[in-house]
Amino acid sequence: MKKFTKILAILLALVFVFSFAACGKKDAADNGETTTAPAGNAGNIDYSNIKFGLICLHDENSTYDNNFISALKEVQKELGLSDDQVLIKTNIPETDACLNAAEELIDEGCNIIFADSFGHETYILQAAQENPDVQFCHATGTHAHNANVPNFHNAFASIYEGRYLAGVAAGLKIKEMIDAGDITADQAKLGYVGAFPYAEVKSGYTSFFLGVRSIVETATMEVVYTNSWFDIALEREAALKLINDGCVLISQHADSEGAPKACEEKNVPNVAYNINTASIAPNTALVSSRINWAPYYKLVIDAVAKGESFDADWTGTIATGSVELLELNAAVAAEGTQAKLDEVKAQFEAGTLHVYDTDTFTVKGEKLDTYLADVDDDGTFTGETEAVSDGYFHESEYRSAPYFDLLIDGITEV
Amino acid sequence: MSNSQAKVREPLFHIAKRSKDALPSWKAWLIRGLAILFSLLVCSVIIVLLTDQNPLDVFGALIKGSFGSKRKFWNLLQSLAMLLCISLAVTPAFKMKFWNLGAEGQVLIGALCSMVLMFEVGDRIPNILLIAAMLVASLVGGVIWGLIPAVFKAKWNTNESLFTLMMNYIAIQLVSFAIMVWVPSGSSVMGLVNSSTRAGWIPELFGQKYLVNILIVAVLTVCMFIYLKYSKHGYEISVVGESENTAKYIGINVKKVIIRTMILSGALCGLAGFLLVAGTNHTISKDLAGGNGFTAIMVSWLAKFNPIVMVVTSFLIAFLQRGAGEIATNFNLNTSIADILTGIIIFFIIGSEFFLNYQIKTTKSKKEDKKQ
Repeated sequence: MKKFTKILAILLALVFVFSFAACGKKDAADNGETTTAPAGNAGNIDYSNIKFGLICLHDENSTYDNNFISALKEVQKELGLSDDQVLIKTNIPETDACLNAAEELIDEGCNIIFADSFGHETYILQAAQENPDVQFCHATGTHAHNANVPNFHNAFASIYEGRYLAGVAAGLKIKEMIDAGDITADQAKLGYVGAFPYAEVKSGYTSFFLGVRSIVETATMEVVYTNSWFDIALEREAALKLINDGCVLISQHADSEGAPKACEEKNVPNVAYNINTASIAPNTALVSSRINWAPYYKLVIDAVAKGESFDADWTGTIATGSVELLELNAAVAAEGTQAKLDEVKAQFEAGTLHVYDTDTFTVKGEKLDTYLADVDDDGTFTGETEAVSDGYFHESEYRSAPYFDLLIDGITEV
Repeated sequence: MSNSQAKVREPLFHIAKRSKDALPSWKAWLIRGLAILFSLLVCSVIIVLLTDQNPLDVFGALIKGSFGSKRKFWNLLQSLAMLLCISLAVTPAFKMKFWNLGAEGQVLIGALCSMVLMFEVGDRIPNILLIAAMLVASLVGGVIWGLIPAVFKAKWNTNESLFTLMMNYIAIQLVSFAIMVWVPSGSSVMGLVNSSTRAGWIPELFGQKYLVNILIVAVLTVCMFIYLKYSKHGYEISVVGESENTAKYIGINVKKVIIRTMILSGALCGLAGFLLVAGTNHTISKDLAGGNGFTAIMVSWLAKFNPIVMVVTSFLIAFLQRGAGEIATNFNLNTSIADILTGIIIFFIIGSEFFLNYQIKTTKSKKEDKKQ
């Protein structure tokens, strides 16, 4: 018994020491806080009433979620928002937990709630209907343009233009490999690791492929799906399978570093999405495209701060700064790539180049003259909106989320 | 002679199993309390070393995650109820030493059966009928998924751990397949089903969307406690668990008990699936059970298969999980740090159970024993 009392006494003493040490530290932190500048008001807008809640499917380890988080932190710094004004909830699944997360953020006083994953949408929509004073934004969603819920918004970007540009860089790299005699023109096969077989992914890989084919006409592509947004092992395996199948360059639309790392091991060039992979794959990372969410965050925050309304459905573009190419890796890229990219980018900005130009691809051997896309997403999964006119497929014009879901010739899904 | 005896080196200490009831319960609780205190200390050190946060603030956030607001408390009760429901489901099987690692799949199949009716029948029949039909379908689904490995075990003595584990993957694939059929766009996202009509949704009670779930699980907990402790079935389960041969010797039909218990276990997993679809998420995905089918095993073991104690253990897990999320949000940390803290706390609690079952005898205390 005595022994017990002794141990207990020592333990309690330790606990006290720790709590005092901790308290001392807290004071220091408090002092630090008082000396920092108050919430700034850049450009004469008062942001003090803003409280921004971000709901993420995964955390910083996912390239997709990290892209939302890092952009938000950038904006926070730029606008001088305090840490209390930006709350981030990570690892929120696409279930009732999403609704709970939104409600808890509202309890904390958030007046803007932003959810980043496709499957969050119906829960966010329900939260929006139940909380009319809070603005809800949802990336990649399909319902805001016809839901008629004034505080519910969708946003996405014309990332297909970014992927096309990345495709051009990849095409030049492959052309260099052909010219050097490393591969023949018939061996110009690309590999693509996709998450789920739906429009956002299909639209993405098609634009990438068309970018490559604008340089290398003989290019073909093989697509493998992982059926998961974030699975390091599966994405790695998929990349290795594609490399085994003879693919000479890999790209992906899945959110881990699995594929880029596999490519670095096998010394196969890689084009990434939402992340600059040069640090993890210095010898094989070519370039990557990214949606920069900062312009949209700023648009929303400004509108709420001023008490103004904003678009129910918003598509970012190269012009708004929403679609970016991350730094081209000079060690991997073919000579003259940057110049070519600048040229193509200028064409996009001038509106003279369209990614899904129906003269550049065929579906089942035929030119695409008409296509009814499922833009309204009413649950019937039938198309109702004519997407082809003026010689090209109008992606992300009738709603921000992609709806190009055709399988064009030259691409095979495994 | 006495000289050579003195030369025999005795180990400094050895570990011996405590005789039953050797430890007074106040002492047992003291050891548990000390373990938690110790774990918090280690957590504090980790917090100071890895992050620049004040441990007291972090522990504050841990508590705030569950008790910070009325809504958070309800959400805690809901997570607790779901985990407890699955834990209650696996308990009779585990008490019988039938290693049912298939709760995840049994829950998913239960959920899938509910969703089939919710999606396909929708508002074509009165809601009360639909919900009743969903409940029955889920129970049947769970029973089938639990019964298959039980029958194989009873008839051909197959390994139930592997069998139930593999049944999980079949359930996951069936759910994925159903979603592919229902959502031809390929996104694998069902979203809220019947969000406008709310057909097949368990209604709110007193304005609380989870109250029905919580009440059902509360009643279930009491029933399970009585069933295991006071019924003949419960007694047979413990005998089979302790020793199959003894059970056979005293005339218990072991095969019958295995099959009967797995029917119960599967049905309750099916019920959990029903509550997840009709009372919670109103959607289905392959991750719907969220690993609770496995966490439930820990909840059940930690409570030594006592349903009332399981309320405490599932509270602990749910509390830590919710606190983990809160810490990540409040301090801008990755949830991994919160998971590390949760791991440390659970590690210490499990460790304390070791010292409750075994004692360390030092050479000195052995001599003292002799004196007595």
